[in-house]
Amino acid sequence: MRRAVKAVVMGASWGGLNAFSTILAALPARFPAAVLLVQHQHASADNRLAWLLSRYSALPVRAPEDKEEILPGHVYVAPPGYHMLVNEDDTVALSTYRPVHFSRPSIDELFFSAGHAYGAALVGVLLTGANDDGSDGLDYIRRRGGHTLVQSPQSSEAPVMPEAAIIKGAAREVLDLERIGPYLADYLVGL
Amino acid sequence: MQQSMDVIDDDQIQIEDIEIRLLLEAIYQLYGYDFRAYSRASMRRRVMHRLTMSGFPSVMQMTERVLRDRQFFVTLLNDLTVNVTEMYRDPEFYRAFREEVIPVLKTFPFIKIWHAGCSTGEEIYSMAILLEEEGLYDRAMLYATDIDKNVLVAAKKGIYPIDAFKQYTENYRRAGGRKSLSEYATARYDSVIMEQRLKRNIVFADHDLATDQVFGEMHVILCRNVLIYFDRPLQERVIRLFDDSLDLGGFLCLGTKESLRFSGNEDAFDVINKSLRIFRKRQIPHNA
Repeated sequence: MRRAVKAVVMGASWGGLNAFSTILAALPARFPAAVLLVQHQHASADNRLAWLLSRYSALPVRAPEDKEEILPGHVYVAPPGYHMLVNEDDTVALSTYRPVHFSRPSIDELFFSAGHAYGAALVGVLLTGANDDGSDGLDYIRRRGGHTLVQSPQSSEAPVMPEAAIIKGAAREVLDLERIGPYLADYLVGL
Repeated sequence: MQQSMDVIDDDQIQIEDIEIRLLLEAIYQLYGYDFRAYSRASMRRRVMHRLTMSGFPSVMQMTERVLRDRQFFVTLLNDLTVNVTEMYRDPEFYRAFREEVIPVLKTFPFIKIWHAGCSTGEEIYSMAILLEEEGLYDRAMLYATDIDKNVLVAAKKGIYPIDAFKQYTENYRRAGGRKSLSEYATARYDSVIMEQRLKRNIVFADHDLATDQVFGEMHVILCRNVLIYFDRPLQERVIRLFDDSLDLGGFLCLGTKESLRFSGNEDAFDVINKSLRIFRKRQIPHNA
């Protein structure tokens, strides 16, 4: 069954490249929502991550500019050194505000802003990672009525981040990595 | 694994948004800082961050405090104006500036450079050093402006933590620096102070891009990672302001994720370096 989801936001730290590529590979070209993702990385990294992930995805993947329009069926990767937020008018807001949980981009910054803008029309996905960024933001998405998925700690390269979200009660579903992509495809597109 | 049932519905979000607008209005009315046209998502996150840190139950109650306590306002101001900067931030930009802009500036008898949103000054000293190394400092005038008078005081002093400075030396090297960055500063305990001679042609002044006017006849305007905090109408205003403040053939340098694409004034500029966002105002006015 197709649901009125405008965006899927995802966050990962340690082990994220493998997790993101696995999930993106499972999303069909007709995926109807925008996908925004944050991978913790060093500020001096270039936009290589977007390029790498584009090789696994049937959807166009890019590191957006500030105020770029968020389009359904497109994947937006937070550029290194910037927080990536969502404005209510469906545009990207980048910021160089101080790191959150020692990270810029920070998953919480994306999750809180998207939770605010999209409410129940949002799915939040928190993946493998070695710190607790993202769990507050994921809980906020849940409280706003959005759907929340957490990668199962046993399928995570680093379980700290998913565990933090599960303990907080932010997860509506806990799924093994291989299940997340098909679940999203099913949840948004239907069979 | 207790899920809290405290749902945040759209009504509550709407009330929060109104409270934030009232806070920004209060700040504008009382202190004169105009954040009303700042990018909503970032502004909201920063207000909510301060709200969490300060423990007020609502933005409204925090506004009450802002109105009565200047010191608290200064703390909040520091949150709202993003004072995150470093020397030779984006070293590739400074390298490109050296290679692609400096040769043109060398043909000018006099060079006026405006650094809008200079924050605590790290980047204006970066530029001053670059100009000195290129033999241009003596015919240059650098105008460093910021909305926040408190950071201008710090910028004028030019004193930075020694740990941060050590990181800047790597930026400097990658930016194509000709010497050693330590030659431009003196260490003192756990700080460094920038050499006095770098300051002699720098003018520090407060200027609010949201409300103030043209800063005339510039050859170079640097405004990097400032526009991202503005909403689109304000971005348009500021790009027009820059266009009006630049000499024909003058250079405009933005942050690497900032674009003229949404400004409605893209045609007024040629692209000098696409990825590092160096633009040049056309010699012939585009509307002529």
